[in-house]
Amino acid sequence: MVDKTDSEFLLELHNVGKTFAATEANAITVLQHISLQIRPGEIVALVGRSGCGKSTLMRIVCGLTKASSGQVLYRGHKVTKPESGISLVFQTFALFPWLNVLQNVELGLEAQGVPREERRKRALVAIDMIGLDGFESAYPKELSGGMRQRVGFARALVVNPDLLLMDEAFSALDVPTSETLRNDLLDLWLERRIPTRAIVMVSHNIEEALLMADRIIVLDSNPGRIKAEVPVTMKHPRDRESHAFRQAIDQVYGAMTAVLGASPMMRALGLGHRLPDAGIQQMLGVLDALNQPAAGGSVDLSELADELHLEVDDLFPLLEALELLDFAHTVDRRVELTNHGKGFVEADIQRRKMVFGEHLLHRVPLAAHIRRVLDERANARAPRSRFLREMEDFLTEDEAERVLDVIIDWGRYAEIFAFDTHADRFSLENPGEEKVEEA
Amino acid sequence: MTRLPLAAPTRLLAGLVPNRWDIVLMPLVVSLLFMLAWGSAGMAQPFQPGEALPISLDPSNLPGYALRTTLRMAAAMLASLVFTFAYASWAARSERAAQVLIPLLDVLQSVPILGFLSITVVGFIKLFPGSLLGPECAAIFAIFTSQAWNMTFSFYSSLRMIPKDLYQAAEVFQLSAWQRFWKLEVPYAVPGLIWNAMMSVAGGWFFVVAAEAISVEGYSIQLPGIGSYIALAIQQRDLTAIGWAIFAMLLVILATDQLVFRPLTVWAERFKFEFTEAQGEPRSWFLAVLRRAQLAMLLTRLSARAWDVSSRLLRHLPARPAVRLRWRFARRGVRLMDRLWTPLLIVAAGASIVALARFVQAEVSYAEIGHVFLLGLWTGLRVMLLIALASVIWVPIGIWIGLRPKLAQRAQPVVIFLASFPANLLFPLAVTAIIQYHLNPEIWLSPLMILGTQWYILFNVIGAAAALPSDLREVAANLGLSRWLLWRRLLLPAIFPAYVTGGLTASGGAWNASVVAEVVSWGSTTLTATGIGSYIAAQTVAGDHPRIALGVAVMSLYVIVLNRSLWERLYIFARQRFVFT
Repeated sequence: MVDKTDSEFLLELHNVGKTFAATEANAITVLQHISLQIRPGEIVALVGRSGCGKSTLMRIVCGLTKASSGQVLYRGHKVTKPESGISLVFQTFALFPWLNVLQNVELGLEAQGVPREERRKRALVAIDMIGLDGFESAYPKELSGGMRQRVGFARALVVNPDLLLMDEAFSALDVPTSETLRNDLLDLWLERRIPTRAIVMVSHNIEEALLMADRIIVLDSNPGRIKAEVPVTMKHPRDRESHAFRQAIDQVYGAMTAVLGASPMMRALGLGHRLPDAGIQQMLGVLDALNQPAAGGSVDLSELADELHLEVDDLFPLLEALELLDFAHTVDRRVELTNHGKGFVEADIQRRKMVFGEHLLHRVPLAAHIRRVLDERANARAPRSRFLREMEDFLTEDEAERVLDVIIDWGRYAEIFAFDTHADRFSLENPGEEKVEEA
Repeated sequence: MTRLPLAAPTRLLAGLVPNRWDIVLMPLVVSLLFMLAWGSAGMAQPFQPGEALPISLDPSNLPGYALRTTLRMAAAMLASLVFTFAYASWAARSERAAQVLIPLLDVLQSVPILGFLSITVVGFIKLFPGSLLGPECAAIFAIFTSQAWNMTFSFYSSLRMIPKDLYQAAEVFQLSAWQRFWKLEVPYAVPGLIWNAMMSVAGGWFFVVAAEAISVEGYSIQLPGIGSYIALAIQQRDLTAIGWAIFAMLLVILATDQLVFRPLTVWAERFKFEFTEAQGEPRSWFLAVLRRAQLAMLLTRLSARAWDVSSRLLRHLPARPAVRLRWRFARRGVRLMDRLWTPLLIVAAGASIVALARFVQAEVSYAEIGHVFLLGLWTGLRVMLLIALASVIWVPIGIWIGLRPKLAQRAQPVVIFLASFPANLLFPLAVTAIIQYHLNPEIWLSPLMILGTQWYILFNVIGAAAALPSDLREVAANLGLSRWLLWRRLLLPAIFPAYVTGGLTASGGAWNASVVAEVVSWGSTTLTATGIGSYIAAQTVAGDHPRIALGVAVMSLYVIVLNRSLWERLYIFARQRFVFT
C-alpha cells in the first residue's frame, strides 16, 4: 500500500477528552487530555484498570463515538465516522450468528461494494491465512471461542486495514487458546503477511501487553489520563521467564500503583466516590495471601497477581478497596498488610463482620450516610431511589447504580444495614429476626 | 467438489440441471402460480354495492373459496410485514416518535376488528367504484388489523434488544442503512417475527367470518370465501356445511403449517441469537425438498443478484441507529424541542379526547355512557374469570407435559395447531347445546371467548417447564421435597414468568374475541350475552358511529388499564424474582 500522506504518524490524538452528562448541571469526565501518536510499524498497548476509559478511547479512535474535546487524526484528516482503513476486533467477537464464517468475513467487503466474486476470493485468502480453512460454511455457534475470534480477526483483516484495533480481543478466551491466537497474529505481523501498518490494543493483562507491544501506555482512572509510557525493546519472540521481561512487568505494575497512591485523597470525595468493584471473599483471599507465613505481610504485586490468578482489572479494585478500608497498603509495587488488616483476617467469622463494619462506617462516607439516614427515620427504612438521586449529582446513572450495589454488598456483609431487593429499600431489620416465614 | 460450492455464479442458469426434487417441486410451483392468477382475477370483478354475490353451500365450491380466503390472508400478511418494518423501524429510531407510536400501537391492538371495519368499509368501496376490489380491500384490511400489531411489537422489541457490539461491528465495517437492516436488524428479529406471524394467522382465521361477511351499516356484502360460506351455513342452519367448512379449514391450516410455517421455523433456527447448539430442532420435509431442488438454487441466485443491485442502489440511504444504541452525550441544540415535546403530546392527546367526547356526546347521554362502562365491567369480569379458570386447568397440565421432554416435543406443534384453529367454528354447536338444555347464555356463551386463546397459556407453560434446569429438579428430589413443596417452591415459580406472558396474550385475545363471542346466532336464533362485545357488534350492524366510537374507546380503555395495572406489574415482578440468571 502506498502511503499517500506526508504525515509521519498514522494516527494522532490531540488532547482528546470525553465527558458524559450525568445530570443537567453535572458532567462526568471519562477521558481527559489524551495525546498520543501512533507511528507506522508499531504495536501499542493501552493498559489500565476498569473504568479508565480505555474502551471508550478505542471507540473514539475508530469513529464510533465522538470525542467531547480535542481531535483524532487518521493520516492527517479528522476522524468523525468509521474509516475504511481502521478495523476493530471485539472482545465479544461480535459475529453475526446467522451468517456463516465466509459470509461474516465478507461483510466488510460487501459494505465497501466489492463485487461478489472478488470479495469471495479475498475472504477465502483471509480465512486461509488465519487458519480457518475448512470452516467456511460453519456457523459461529458451531465453533469454539478461539475459532470464533479467528473469524473476528479474519473479518477485520480482510478489508486490509492500515490500523488494527483490538479491544480486549483475547480476554474472552482461555489461556492456551489466547496464547495460540496471539502467536499466530504476531507471526503474521512480524512476517509482514498482512498489510496492517500499526496495531493498537487495549488489554488488562499486563503479560499479554508485554508479549506483543512495542510501547505500553498506562492509563490513570477517574478521569482517564495518560499516566506513563513504558517502551518495550525486547526482541520477539519474548521469553516471559527472562529477567528483562520480569523487570518490565514490575515497571508496568509500578506505573500502575502510582495510580493507587491517589487514594487517600479520594476519601474526601464523599457520595461521589466511585467505590471499586471488590467482593468480600476476594478481599479476604488477598489478605489471606498476604498473611501467609512465607509472605510475611508483604508481597510483590506481580507475584500476588500470579498467585491469585488475577488480572489487572480484578486485582486493582481489590487493592483500592483494601486501601480504602485500611486493611492493606500498596507502596511501590508491594502490597503490605496493615495491623487492622491482620486483625481482620485472623478474626473468626463474627468478629470479622464487626471489624469490617467499623471500618466501613468510618472510612466510607456513603456507608455512614446510609446508616445515619436509617437511624434518623422512625421506621428505620429508606428507599434505594433516595440515595440514587443524591449520588446522581456526582455520578452517571449506571455508575451510581453500580456503586450502590457495591455498598449494599459490603453493608450486608457487615450487617450495618439490610436491603430488600423486592421492595428496593434499605432498613435496619435483621433479616434473621424477621417474622418466621409463613409455614 | 474439493471445497464448498463456492464457485461464483457467473450466469444465472449455469450448471443448473433439474433433479428429482425439482420434479416434486415443479407441479407445486406451477399450480401455485395458477392459483394466484385465478384468485386475484376474481378479486377485481365488477361489483355494485347492494348487488348480491352468489355464495353456495355446495362443498364443491369450497376449494375455490378456501383459495380466495387464503389469498386474502396472504395479502394481509404482506401488508402487515411492510407495516411492521416501517412502523417499528421509525419508532426504534426516534425517541420522540416512539413516545407517540408505541402507546398508539397499544390502543390499536385493543380495538376490536369490527371497529376498524365499520370505519373503513365505506371508504374502500368509494375508492374503487364499481369493482369488487373495494370490499376485497376492506376485508383484507380487516384481516390486517387482526394480524399486524403483535408483529410490530415483536419487531420493535427485537430492534431494541440487538446487542450493542453487533451494531458497532456493523458501523465499524461501514454497512449502509439498507445493508444493516437486512443483515442485522431483520435477521435478529426473524424468530420472534415468525412466531408472531403464526399467531397472527391464527388470529386472522378467527375473524375470517367477520371480515368476509361484511354487515356494516346497511351494507351486507358476502365475499366469496370460507368465512362467507360459514356465515351462510349458520344462517341456514346447515350443520353438514359447517362440517365441510371445518374440514376445508383443517386442510388449509395443515397445508399452511407444512408448506409455510414449518419450513420457516426450521429455516429460522439459524437466526436464533444463541451460541450453543440446541438439540431436538424441528424438521420440515418441504424445506428439505426445497434445499435439494435446483429450482431453489436458481431462486437463491436471483435473490443474490437482487441483493447486490439493491445494496448498490441504496448505499447512500442515511444511516441512523436505533435509539438505545446511540451514545449519550451533551446535546444543546435539541434541548428546546425535548422540553416542548412532552407538553405538546399532552395537549394533542387532550384535544383528541375532547374531540372524541364531543362526537360521542352529540348523540349519547351520560346515562348511556355509564351503562357502556358497566357493560365493559361485565365483559372484563368474564375475561378474568375465564383466564383464572383456564389457568387452573392448563397450568398443571402444562407442567406435567413440560417435565416429560419427549411428550413436550410432540405436544408443542399440536398446541400451536390448536391455537390456530378458529374456535368460532364450534359456536354453532354451543348454540345448539345452549338451546337444547335451556342454559343461561350469560354464562354459557362466555367460554367461547377463550376457546381460541387459552392455548397460549398452555403453550408457554409447557415451554417453561421443559426449560427447567435439571439440577434444580435433582436438588428437589435429593432434599425429598413433598409434592406440595415441590410445586410451591420450584415448579410454580419456575413457570411463572412464562405463564404471565401467556396470560397476557390470552387476556388480550379474549377481549377482542368478545365481539364475536357475545353475540352468536344459529339460523334465526340469536343468543346475546350482556357485555361490551355484544354492544359494539350491535352498533356496528346499525352503523351508529358515535356509539361504535364510544364502545371501542371504552373497551380499549379497559384493556389498556388492565394490561398496565395487572399484567405489566406481574410481568415486572416475575422478571425480577423468578428468572434464572
